[in-house]
Amino acid sequence: MKDEQTLPDVQQKKTGVSRRTFLKAATGTAAGIGISQMFNPALVSALEKALKTHPVLWIQGQGCTGCSVSLLNSVDPSIADILLKVISLQFHPTVMASEGQTAMENLYAVAEEYKGKFSLVVEGAIPLAADGKYCIVGEMNHKEITMLDLTKEIGAKAGSVIAVGTCATYGGIPAAKGNVTGATGVMDVFKQFGIKTPVVNIPGCPSHPDWIVGSIVHLLTKGLPELDDNGRPLLFFGENIHDNCPHLKEYDAGTLAEKLSEPKGCRIELGCKGPTTFADCYTRKWNSGLNWCVDNAVCIGCVEPGFPDASSPFYEPA
Amino acid sequence: MAGCTPQAAPVGAGTKIKVAIDPVTRIEGHLKVEVEVKDGVVSDARVFGGMYRGFEQILIGRDPRDASQITQRICGVCPTAHATASVLALDDAFKVKLTDNGRITRNLIFGANYLQSHILHFYHLAALDYVNGPDTAPFIPRYAKNDVRVPKDINDVAVGQYLEALEIRKICHEMVALFGGKMPHVPGLVVGGASEIPTQEKLVAYAERFKKVKKFVMEKYVPLVYLLAGPYGDLLKTGGGYKNCVSWGVFPMDDKGNTLQKRGVFTDGKDYPVDTALIKEYVKYSFFDDATTGLNPREGKTVPNPNKAGAYSFIKAPRYNGKPHEAGPLARMWVTNPELSKIGQEKLGVKKMREIGDAAFSILGRHVARAEETVIVANAVEQWLSEVKPGKDTYVPVPVPDSAEGLGLTEAPRGALLHYVNIKDKKIANYQVTSATIWNANPMDDMGQKGPMEKALIGVPVPDAANPVNVGRLIRSFDP
Repeated sequence: MKDEQTLPDVQQKKTGVSRRTFLKAATGTAAGIGISQMFNPALVSALEKALKTHPVLWIQGQGCTGCSVSLLNSVDPSIADILLKVISLQFHPTVMASEGQTAMENLYAVAEEYKGKFSLVVEGAIPLAADGKYCIVGEMNHKEITMLDLTKEIGAKAGSVIAVGTCATYGGIPAAKGNVTGATGVMDVFKQFGIKTPVVNIPGCPSHPDWIVGSIVHLLTKGLPELDDNGRPLLFFGENIHDNCPHLKEYDAGTLAEKLSEPKGCRIELGCKGPTTFADCYTRKWNSGLNWCVDNAVCIGCVEPGFPDASSPFYEPA
Repeated sequence: MAGCTPQAAPVGAGTKIKVAIDPVTRIEGHLKVEVEVKDGVVSDARVFGGMYRGFEQILIGRDPRDASQITQRICGVCPTAHATASVLALDDAFKVKLTDNGRITRNLIFGANYLQSHILHFYHLAALDYVNGPDTAPFIPRYAKNDVRVPKDINDVAVGQYLEALEIRKICHEMVALFGGKMPHVPGLVVGGASEIPTQEKLVAYAERFKKVKKFVMEKYVPLVYLLAGPYGDLLKTGGGYKNCVSWGVFPMDDKGNTLQKRGVFTDGKDYPVDTALIKEYVKYSFFDDATTGLNPREGKTVPNPNKAGAYSFIKAPRYNGKPHEAGPLARMWVTNPELSKIGQEKLGVKKMREIGDAAFSILGRHVARAEETVIVANAVEQWLSEVKPGKDTYVPVPVPDSAEGLGLTEAPRGALLHYVNIKDKKIANYQVTSATIWNANPMDDMGQKGPMEKALIGVPVPDAANPVNVGRLIRSFDP
């Protein structure tokens, strides 16, 4: 295992990119989203040091790539800064240049070299039925590798796992009623196969880019964030949507919207699942803070472990 | 480092070499390709779809209105396309007539994601087949000999545009979110219209962003595609495939069924109107129960069998009138045959799409078609912005019918998309999706015909089996 002359270091020299530039940006971002204590400037050097020895491997199972696409919408740091300055993203099926065995060899090599140090990001559910055959992620030396194989093998070597999206955390839609693939989330797989690597759950369908970036930075600087009973960082998933909703006053006054396109009124009669959903969408909002589900239509409870079964029918009151 | 798994045999005349790429990256989903190379060209090909989730089974028994939310999650790159197909199927089943503002607002949401998807595809999924990224992960490792032919100055320009395109595609998503709620996975596309009425303020915000996007498309994206045609001109001559096209049509321009990109089929050199009864899905080589083969989506059944002998893909093989057809921007542009952009006309020396001729059916031809379509959609967005009425309702509430069926036909950025819903007792009794990549990346059918991507691979040059660059280029030209 390398400590000083790490692979990301070598890459830094070639591109002349300064990590410190990013670190300043990350600090600024955090302040902007009201979690500045997490990114105290005093932590910058710790983060800088941690980043060097923490490559990130991102694997995908039964998903839609929506969480990766959502990450692309990160505002500050921008995705360009994330890719070039923040993380050493050594494997990501949607983004990386390499393919086939070149890509798979690199994945296994990095996992071995940085054993116990790298972070594994899992996007998508892991199907357990039919020996995992419902999701083939690649092959090595002519042998098919399933998502289940990869989650177990790479997961056991990782320093930490970040399960991104409701599929990777709790199974999500692939695990909904009617599924035949035995889809489930990372924590469940680890429990079943006795893997002890710590897991941070960042649900959402998709996850918010700030939730993903913020959790990775927390993990690198201060270690595991404080988690709720469902393994989610309280930082982002600690507050109830309805209790903090801008429409709460209207709810209290009995002003309830009766039609989806009505801009005024609490959306509870339209099926809004805000009262049973915990996430900070009400203040953070989406796509550079422009809009969010409740102002547009209704919350469908996509960050909750029971999604989608627990919150459907989506357009009927609970 | 070997870029694939070639056999170590010496390459002599007549020697066959098997090359597998698994995973094929920079796509959405899980795909493997296996080709046989003889005398430096692909002589046989198989494309493997490696994932099954079971949306069709998961939808059974649910409230029909939930379908547009659930089916969006099939694809995080084109959720608006699945949402659109789903709400069109539900509109049909619920017998609802949209307001003009509802139709136009849907177009503004979906159109913005078309721009996003085409830009993302060219720069972030395909471009690394033609230019070198920075020497840092995730842009390395790459093939030892990756056949990058552009000079350094053009490579630098392209990498600069790759980074700029990340920002531009984010802006496109902001446009989607202004009326769609959030993106990926919009809450705003619902049966009966769109859930948010555009305000003047939000229309200004949309238009401001659109201006930046259009400038990028006209000044960067389209010119760069044509610039690549210089050093990679040979890629306009390979990867043709069947040259059969399906397009269900997309972006309703009125309430009479007229669409911006037209509905039509092109088979064996002739044009036909679409008859959806002629769509059948075959499963002999797919991991699905043999008893379900040859069905129209209206009677469709999706019963997986992951251990089926002889099968090699989780993708069914849809055929139109018994024949494989490709779907996507090229198919739509071919069926619609619009005038090309000014720069396209200059560079190609022709006025309309079909005048490009056989060269359109090629690896680079598909990129040209996609770029040209981006211009058409951008021009249409301008028109919709002039037509939309701030403050006017976009939504018609309508109760869930006791029993009904509905068909939704649209085009995802990557091709023809069909949703079919059958409602009984106010619940979904059957739901079938025939998506874009299913048309392109499918395996052999029961009659022994290869899928369009498999067919298009045959004849593609692979001079160096250890660096099979053109195989990935061909696959990504379809934007799977």
